[in-house]
Amino acid sequence: MAMATSAGMTVTEAKPAKLVVEGLCKRYGATTALEPSSLSVAEGEFLTLLGPSGSGKTTLLQLICGLVEVSEGRVVIDGRDQSATPVHQRDIGLVFQHYALFPHLTVAENIAFPLKMRGRPGAEVAKRVSDALAMVHLGHLAGRFPRELSGGQQQRVALARCFVYQPSIILMDEPLGALDKKLREHMQIEIKRLHRESGSTIVYVTHDQEEALAMSDRICLMNHAKIEQLGTPREIYERPRTAFAADFIGISNIFRGRWDGNGSLETAHGRFALPHGAHCESRDAALVIRPENLRLGAQDGNAVNGRVSEIVYAGSETRVIAALEDGSQLVLRLGPDDAVPAIDEAIVAGWPRDKAVLVA
Amino acid sequence: MSAVSVTSAPARAGRLRLNALWLAVPGVLFLAVFFVWPVAQLLGLSVVDPDNGAFSASSYQRIAATDVYLRVLGITFRIAGWTALWSLLIGYPLAYWLARLPDMFRGRMLLFVMVPFWTSYLVKTFAWMLILGRSGVINSLLTGTHAVDQPLSLINNQFGVMVGMVHAMVPLAVMTMLPVMAGIDRRLVQAAQTLGAAPARAFWLVYFKLSLPGVAAAGLLVFISSLGFFIVPAFLGGRQETMLAQLIITQVQELLNWSFAGALSAMMLLAALVSCVVYDRIFGLSTIAGGSGQVGTGRIRDLGLAILSLIAAAAARLGAVTRSLLGKRVCAMLLPGFCWLVIAFLVLPTLLVIPLAFTSSQFLEFPPPGYGLNWFRTYFESPLWIQATIRSFAVAFVTAFAATAIGGFAALALANSRTRWAGLIFAFFLAPMIVPRIVIAVGLFYLFARLGLIATDLGLVIGHTVLAIPFTLVTIAAVLKTYDQRLDQAAATLGANRVRTLTGVTIPLVKGGLVAAFLFAFITSFDELTIAIFVSGGLKTTLPKQMWDDMILQLNPTLAAVSVVVFIVVTAMLLVAERFRSSSRLD
Repeated sequence: MAMATSAGMTVTEAKPAKLVVEGLCKRYGATTALEPSSLSVAEGEFLTLLGPSGSGKTTLLQLICGLVEVSEGRVVIDGRDQSATPVHQRDIGLVFQHYALFPHLTVAENIAFPLKMRGRPGAEVAKRVSDALAMVHLGHLAGRFPRELSGGQQQRVALARCFVYQPSIILMDEPLGALDKKLREHMQIEIKRLHRESGSTIVYVTHDQEEALAMSDRICLMNHAKIEQLGTPREIYERPRTAFAADFIGISNIFRGRWDGNGSLETAHGRFALPHGAHCESRDAALVIRPENLRLGAQDGNAVNGRVSEIVYAGSETRVIAALEDGSQLVLRLGPDDAVPAIDEAIVAGWPRDKAVLVA
Repeated sequence: MSAVSVTSAPARAGRLRLNALWLAVPGVLFLAVFFVWPVAQLLGLSVVDPDNGAFSASSYQRIAATDVYLRVLGITFRIAGWTALWSLLIGYPLAYWLARLPDMFRGRMLLFVMVPFWTSYLVKTFAWMLILGRSGVINSLLTGTHAVDQPLSLINNQFGVMVGMVHAMVPLAVMTMLPVMAGIDRRLVQAAQTLGAAPARAFWLVYFKLSLPGVAAAGLLVFISSLGFFIVPAFLGGRQETMLAQLIITQVQELLNWSFAGALSAMMLLAALVSCVVYDRIFGLSTIAGGSGQVGTGRIRDLGLAILSLIAAAAARLGAVTRSLLGKRVCAMLLPGFCWLVIAFLVLPTLLVIPLAFTSSQFLEFPPPGYGLNWFRTYFESPLWIQATIRSFAVAFVTAFAATAIGGFAALALANSRTRWAGLIFAFFLAPMIVPRIVIAVGLFYLFARLGLIATDLGLVIGHTVLAIPFTLVTIAAVLKTYDQRLDQAAATLGANRVRTLTGVTIPLVKGGLVAAFLFAFITSFDELTIAIFVSGGLKTTLPKQMWDDMILQLNPTLAAVSVVVFIVVTAMLLVAERFRSSSRLD
């Protein structure tokens, strides 16, 4: 184990590992909330834990910050094993889903709270609170109480309360879940800015794949209490390793079938040519094609027949939904210049073989 | 605010709102006649000379000039104050523990508080007499094992009164604090910990602070209820623990001195009201609750926060020391351990009466030398007891109907009304809970004497209904609060008129709440002693009144048998009521 860790250190020497999770596991009686999982987060990195509800992402977050006791494994922060350290001594920051602002304290007092807990002198507290307020553009609301603020403002106070004491890691548990779409997009940019300006290390939990793609340096995709795939947003989108990953991130057309061990996959819709060099661990495999890679007409010998059932115009693109012979759906994304078929029209769709991905 | 609604809503909406409030009118009238009027009259009597009917402050002069009365006043305040303090100290950890339990488990554990809460004060006091008496359970055990030579004096002194009072009041304190605590977002404490506060410090800075409104309300309710107590001091106290309510009873029943009883009642009522105001001023209930109005008033708030942070820092240090001394595991057991002790304190005394009811002995000795059904036979064969039992059931039944109807209509009215009158009317309906029962009882006695309602079942029903209305209103209002008004609107758009909507949609959906309210009212009446002492006259006694008379004369095993019957009836009703109430929670 020590070997593996030191080897990892040499690889990421430019960016030392801020947080290392080794074989971390949580069981409640017979149920497992998190299978043994390992990952490493570099200094200054923005890592997102993405997954559906019950996938273990929140459990992993709570194990890292110490709100939940570890069953097995280790949490190492800045090279020190913190697995048994109580929450309040871990020096992590947590932004809660519903902000968890103290209703009996003003905005400024909320932000001063972590500094006071650390026994910082009054003058320093005042200075850093006003800096933090300025950072989130809320200087004029210092004396207000949380309930007097809008949802977006409360969110910013929660962020300021977390950034103000510069914890070694900042954890965020679906912090934008309660906001409406427009505000959410605005706050995504705001959080990215705070991340860039402070250089802090952030572990972010969300079930929103668009949010994950937009914000993360890396995404840790989770499903069924374990890590499904870990990689940059581009890696996960373009090279999903499993059908779940392909399906959860973005829209995917997935054809299940049997791999011949060579260059083709036998499916209910016919035999498809696989990308060059495609390999899979099992013979039962699936082919993933993103809607934007589908074209009208056969390509590289790949073709499926369908009938247009719905056309969704979305400005920059037009989405065509076709029903295949077995009743399943196919989604195509057509550019503004492409010819759009009519509803009920029979179509043939195909794709360049190298634009598809073979997954387990 | 009201201007906006008036301009935006057409005149018809205004009439609707008025119509809704009309439903509260029968209740308001009922309380005006049988609650406000008698209490006001009693207060009026206190400033009238009994001989010539002229205005006179002689009663008050007599109180001020007589050492005894001032001393009783002081004793009453002292006992009520200590009771409130101890009830909070014992009740807070229990309420905290209950609030943290998972919902399902909490419902079950809550019964350990609810059953003692609804158990008759007479039964509870009787149990303590058996336990603490000179030849009671504790003394028999101690002298039996030769741990002491002489029986300890545990009764007829301050200790006995405090045990009885605190035992009677802890459930009320817990049930008042629990809703506030259950409403506190536990993630706030977690948040404080992630921000660097040690667990003990996080608790005091955040949780305790946010639970203060509940604590203040509980302290207030316990204090006010304790002011009017007479059962516990009468049986567990000595001369030194005579309380105000006992004086009032003596003045009315033995000396027929209305004017003086009125003056004493006025003092008690005044004390209750003053403590309400003082509490509000000191604790600034709405300030603590985070009410928007007074929050800004700087210095007191800063002072409060500063004191709190000192306590929190000290608690954190103490917590760290305790943890290092006892270890994490033992520390985690402290709270549940304490809570189970409190539950044992609340539940066991009453249960102890059960074996004594089956004793074969002529005396209430513990442990019983043998078992038999003699005393139940005595109870069931005694016309006096059986008549009292039948009367209690009948009165409770009618009372429950009346109180549920009045409280139900009032709750419906308030749920449909958005005017500022609603809050005032709600407070008015709750007033019988705040005004000491003894004051209401004496007032009603005076009124009924002139209406010829003394020693009538109707008089009992009226008096008990006044006391039961707050319980029915609160129970039904709680269910209506979770009731989705849009269902009524949906019924209306689907063609149902007002009556059909009520009978076809609203009532079936809130049925559980109605049944629960009915049963709570039933228990209130079935247990009631204060009104019964005055109104039932010598002849038409109820079960509690008969118990009271017997307890004053002499303790006997029949009382244990009766206590068991009362305990079982009340507990059964309560369990059914709780089942109905939880089944009709609509969220």
